[in-house]
Amino acid sequence: MVKIGLNFILNKRMSSLSVDHLLGIRNLSVDDIERIFQTAQSFKEVINRPIKKVPSLRDITLANVFFENSTRTRLSFELAAKRLSADVINFTASNSSVKKGETLIDTVNNILAMKVDMVVLRHASPGAASFLSKHTKAKIINAGDGTHEHPTQALLDAFSLREKLGELNGKRIAIIGDILHSRVALSNIYCLQKLGAEVLVCGPSSLIPKGIDSLGVKVSHDLTETLLWCDAANFLRIQLERQDSPFFPSLRDYALQFGLTSEIMESLNKSIIVMHPGPINRGVEISSSVADSSDSIILDQVENGVAIRMAVIYLLAAQIER
Amino acid sequence: MEKQVILDPQQFDLTVTRLCHELLEQHADFSNSVLIGLQPRGIHLVSRMLDKLQEILPTPPMCGNLDITFHRDDFRRREIPLIPSVTNIDFSIENKKVILVDDVLYTGRTIRSGLDALLTFGRPIQVQLLVLIDRRFKRDLPIQADYIGKSVDTLNHERVKVSWKNIDGEDRVELYIKQTHE
Repeated sequence: MVKIGLNFILNKRMSSLSVDHLLGIRNLSVDDIERIFQTAQSFKEVINRPIKKVPSLRDITLANVFFENSTRTRLSFELAAKRLSADVINFTASNSSVKKGETLIDTVNNILAMKVDMVVLRHASPGAASFLSKHTKAKIINAGDGTHEHPTQALLDAFSLREKLGELNGKRIAIIGDILHSRVALSNIYCLQKLGAEVLVCGPSSLIPKGIDSLGVKVSHDLTETLLWCDAANFLRIQLERQDSPFFPSLRDYALQFGLTSEIMESLNKSIIVMHPGPINRGVEISSSVADSSDSIILDQVENGVAIRMAVIYLLAAQIER
Repeated sequence: MEKQVILDPQQFDLTVTRLCHELLEQHADFSNSVLIGLQPRGIHLVSRMLDKLQEILPTPPMCGNLDITFHRDDFRRREIPLIPSVTNIDFSIENKKVILVDDVLYTGRTIRSGLDALLTFGRPIQVQLLVLIDRRFKRDLPIQADYIGKSVDTLNHERVKVSWKNIDGEDRVELYIKQTHE
């Protein structure tokens, strides 16, 4: 049947983003976020077609430059670029000249000399993407800079939440786990607050940064209390590789205090949405039975990740002049 | 700006009715034919024709909307909409006869993109083109319509505006002639 939607929002359809690079959620406007979501919605339809590809970015080359390990983010960006018909090259630090002492700017400028238009950067240093955007000509997309931001993850989380909850204004979202070492937490806090949601962070006090309440978030150290408060809970991975000294006695101890099990879910007498940015430590942050239950939207997050990244690449590429 | 009426409400209705009957001649009961309207304005013609075809046919034809934004050939070359309208084709077009529907045929570039976008949904057995207005002799590409509401001869700086009762208040087609001051 033909649906005659009022889907012309003419004034908003023309414009791109207010920023030149996607460095973090902090410098995005609410309009930017809405525009990314609206575009991602269309791309979600595209990636469910028999032929999941559009020719928009045939003349664009994108480099995935990853100085830290990642499977799903790199795959998601690579697939997003390919679905837009852009060419993709992958660079990982483990098998590169970085080991021989090359600097970040030199590495990236060498890649750009091969006529690359956009760089997706993951780096262990906070601010790496912002630094690169000031010293190179390419469009930069931050795919995680240390413990600072991971904007596309926050966008796909909020987009997935909105599919389930509707408008996020006034909704209560909890972020649970390792807030201290997490770039996902910070980007999520910015993004959810811009969309009008209330945010609470929950975890052992050793994993909650001091002064986080200055961002306007609530803090809790009790899992059940948190779950009773929230509409949706985003469980973050315990990042063992970022912890120089132990922040809690043992993984088992953490799982007992902050791990979500189906027994806890049943005791709540209400349904909440369960999210996880992956990769899951099954039995630590979330038990297998919850991760695979209908409350979990973990695989929706992965699917939406491709659509969101297509939207970001597409809207930034629209600014490239030839 | 001077304007000239191409179709008044009465002629408009007659034209759409005639287009429906032309389609019926070729596609009979529409058992293997589908209508696909191009966003943003072709979808109004589809819904209008659907109203009329429903009165004649026992089962209404399958209809869909197709947006071509991602398939345009002028991305980043001029100020075009970046954010698309809705694409909504909830049936298979494999081995179907597809009638692409748009309000105005001008350079043919939209239809080229439309064909490209359509083929990502499968392989139709035949594709035809139906337009309300054909601005003839103005093509950039070798594309012609199979069903034409009305052909008009226009100059490049002129503009054809199709208004719809449900969105613009009245069914009407007008030609706007910009005065050039030279």
